[in-house]
Amino acid sequence: MTTHYLVLSALLFVIGGVGVLVRRNAIVVFMCVELMLNACNLAFVTFARQNGNLDGQIIAFFVMIVAAAEVVIGLAIIVTIFRTRRSASVDDVNLLKY
Amino acid sequence: MEPTKIIEHTGGVIGASWLLIALPLLGAAVLLLGGRRTDKFGHLLGVATAVASFVVGVLAFAQLMGFDPAERRRAVPLYDFIPGLTKMGLLIDPLSISFVLLITGVGSLIHIYSIGYMAHDPNRRRFFAYLNLFVAAMLLLVLADNYVGLYVGWEGVGLASYLLIGFWQHKPAAATAAKKAFIVNRVGDFGLAIGIFTIFTAFNTVSYAGVMASGEHPSQGTLTAIGLLLLLGACGKSAQLPLQSWLLDAMEGPTPVSALIHAATMVTAGVYLVTRSGAMFFPEGSTAAIAVTIVGVATLLAGAIIGTAKDDIKKALAGSTMSQIGYMMLAAGIGPAGYAFAIAHLITHGFFKADMFLGAGSVMHAMNDEVNMRKYGGLRKVMPITFATFLVGYLAIIGFPLLSGYFTKDGIIESAMEYSATLGWLAVLGAGITGFYMSRLVFMTFFGQKRWEADAHPHESPAVMTLPLIILSVGSIFLGAFLILGNRFMTFLAPAVGLPEHLPSFHPFSVAGLATLALVAAGVALAWFKYGAAEVPVTAPRGSFLTTFARRDLYGDALNEALFMRPGQWLTRLAVFFDNRGIDGLVNGLAAGIGGTSGRLRRVQTGFVRSYALSIFVGAAILVGAWFVVGNL
Amino acid sequence: MGETITFWVLAVVSVTAALGLVFSRKAVYSALMLGTVMLSLAVLYAVQDAPFLAAVQIVVYTGAVMMLFLFVLMLVGVDSADSLVETIRGQRFWAIVAGLGFAALLGLGIGNAVLSAPKGLTAVTAAGNVPSLAELIFTRYVFAFEVTSALLITAALGAMVLAHRERTEPKPTQKDLSRKRFVEFGEHGRNPAPLPGPGTYARHNAIDMPALLPDGTVASLSVNRVLARREAAEGTLAPEILAALEAEDRAAEEQVRHAGVNGVNGTGGVNGSNGAGPNGAAPEAEESPETSPETSPEMGGEAK
Repeated sequence: MTTHYLVLSALLFVIGGVGVLVRRNAIVVFMCVELMLNACNLAFVTFARQNGNLDGQIIAFFVMIVAAAEVVIGLAIIVTIFRTRRSASVDDVNLLKY
Repeated sequence: MEPTKIIEHTGGVIGASWLLIALPLLGAAVLLLGGRRTDKFGHLLGVATAVASFVVGVLAFAQLMGFDPAERRRAVPLYDFIPGLTKMGLLIDPLSISFVLLITGVGSLIHIYSIGYMAHDPNRRRFFAYLNLFVAAMLLLVLADNYVGLYVGWEGVGLASYLLIGFWQHKPAAATAAKKAFIVNRVGDFGLAIGIFTIFTAFNTVSYAGVMASGEHPSQGTLTAIGLLLLLGACGKSAQLPLQSWLLDAMEGPTPVSALIHAATMVTAGVYLVTRSGAMFFPEGSTAAIAVTIVGVATLLAGAIIGTAKDDIKKALAGSTMSQIGYMMLAAGIGPAGYAFAIAHLITHGFFKADMFLGAGSVMHAMNDEVNMRKYGGLRKVMPITFATFLVGYLAIIGFPLLSGYFTKDGIIESAMEYSATLGWLAVLGAGITGFYMSRLVFMTFFGQKRWEADAHPHESPAVMTLPLIILSVGSIFLGAFLILGNRFMTFLAPAVGLPEHLPSFHPFSVAGLATLALVAAGVALAWFKYGAAEVPVTAPRGSFLTTFARRDLYGDALNEALFMRPGQWLTRLAVFFDNRGIDGLVNGLAAGIGGTSGRLRRVQTGFVRSYALSIFVGAAILVGAWFVVGNL
Repeated sequence: MGETITFWVLAVVSVTAALGLVFSRKAVYSALMLGTVMLSLAVLYAVQDAPFLAAVQIVVYTGAVMMLFLFVLMLVGVDSADSLVETIRGQRFWAIVAGLGFAALLGLGIGNAVLSAPKGLTAVTAAGNVPSLAELIFTRYVFAFEVTSALLITAALGAMVLAHRERTEPKPTQKDLSRKRFVEFGEHGRNPAPLPGPGTYARHNAIDMPALLPDGTVASLSVNRVLARREAAEGTLAPEILAALEAEDRAAEEQVRHAGVNGVNGTGGVNGSNGAGPNGAAPEAEESPETSPETSPEMGGEAK
């Protein structure tokens, strides 16, 4: 059963990663990042049960806290950028280049 | 007899002999730094310092003569030159004092002459400054008691020579001649410098006394190398083959310069060097000494041949100078038997050649600076004093019996004959040619028809110019007999250069002497028939191949050009090409390559955050893959 | 058996939702898909003996974080759909290649792992899941826990700083706003009164129905422009509203043209304290002809 959970976790992680790479809307990119974090959490929880050890659940808990903090800051940044550039596309923020 | 030991000396005039150098140096400094403010009295100051130096020289000579002959080598320490190794000092001995008297004496006369000769030149003050600078450097050259001091003086006279040849720098020919003299001298000075380095390596000292008393015994090869290197230096300064090419062009300078530097004093520095180093590096029969004699004979013939073909009065005299210095070198190479004759001939030559150069200057002064002898003719009536003094110099140089040149040159020929019959007979031949070309010069200038330019109004020169001529001609008459008869000069010089095993005695009617006289007479007669009795064409006839050969300085310049100048230019072009294309190409190519690569590489920085994320993702994938591979190994 | 069924159902749901998250053009759909995934995962946590995490997942993620996402989505514009056309060359191809490669690697790793039967958490959660977690958090992980509190405070402060906008001019007072309204009325004829409330003279008390004027015509001011535009595109807009809107547009154009002409002629009028439009005619005669050509193109350009 553990293998199944892990495969599911890997699938979700890769889908999230590809989403980060192909989507332009900053908010959707952010959601994909959250998806990747959740996939990791699933793996942690699975391993906690596999190894009979609560540490995995605790790490998942901390990941959630960090993710919450990250979402707060990330969305604030997106709002700030949107305010000045009227756009939420990550491709429009490309001044820092050659 | 070997040269005697050198005694340290302080006090007296000899102790103050640094004044000899300091006085003209001060004159030069005042005149050069003072600028136009000193224009009014510049020539007087120049003459005054030269004369004062001469007076100090005479007093030093008098004090030196007061010592016992074995104690006549006096070293005057000045200061630590290279602490622990060499002290800078002056060496007053019969050899150097002879040079001092010649340099300051003839130098003073030429200074006085120049007052008249340069009277109309706006830069007369500068001219006197350079002359003083030359006198100071030349005195340092002969007075220094070590090779480095000599080298400083050597370069100093080279500088003064350069400045004075190019004194009329507005004339391109003068500027070029100055550069040529400087560059050719560079070759010789290079040899001298390397020679001094080698001396220092071999003996750990550069002072004459140190080298003589040194406990080091370098190999024969080292000694020969030093001798040949010093000879190279001597060749450069004394215009000996193969570095003779600059002297004829140096005649572009004002005539007093030609008389003082390029006839009487500076060009004899090579003879001084060989004589001074004789006991150390040119012992009798050594390779270096043989090389000196060969160079001397070759040059005396080459100079004489060049002298026969020149129509320019100064160049003819310059060829003669080369030839006479060749005699001196020949004598200096012979060894103790020849040193006294070399120096004696040097001194008498200093007188009669300066006399003739100044006479030539007087003629040019009268003829609107015309130097072509074919446009002279018949001047003896217009310029009687110049003619008379010139005639004395002429008779002295061709070796007319009982005049200066007769004794000294005959002495050289006798010693050469004793040393090697071949060299002796070649020297005799040279004397014959001397008779021809000098007679040609005199006949073309003072005899025959007037071939003057229409606007030439020759006149006798002022007293300030003729007086030195008269004094010099007096010296030209009596000096030789005074020095040679009774081996007076040889015994005088003995403490400095040593004595031959048996003293030569003067035979007025030796085989060589008679042969010389006969050949000279033949030369004079030939010249009379060609240039005295016959009409001299105003434009030079084409002449035979041999004439062209002599006129073009025996193709010396062509040889230099083909052997050194053209290959040098090719080398330079090659170096420039290599620098531009090779080194610069490499550097620029590298820079362009890096720049181009960077220009392309920076396109990776698109500014799209998703591209960066992709590279991170791919990198993470590669890391995981690598971890699997490494973990499974 | 129950767990297997739950897993397979939720696995299919969550993967489908994750794909939907990536491929849906509208950000709101993506957000909803993400919510689905999170809820599924919460259930999976609960199945795997992690009831506390399941609760936190629902409360924090599905509750707080997702709300935040939706909030921001509303802020930046909910009605815009993303274009799915890729603009960076090779980006999509290489993203998929990398994703497949990564998935293959992970699958390889998981497949190669030799796993025993799960140990289960019964031994370590004898006191119950939440007390056991609490014990760990407040003993072994207490430092990390304290640090997270600092992190959360920092995040809150950061969000405030980022969202804060510095006021560079004094806040307009009621008097200023009122004056501005009437100046606009005087210059452009804009209605100084408040917009009609919905349902005023309306037959339907609804936001999507326009208000009617006393004469029975549609009060165009009460029409929601966004909805009207969409309905016009769909063809479901009531014809009388369309006519009213077109009439109003024509009037607005007329107004603008008039304002442009008036503005050119009445530059002095604008500067005047009363700012009334008709007064523009009076200074017209006095206006020096030299200044007019200079100002007219600018003003005209603005008006258009």
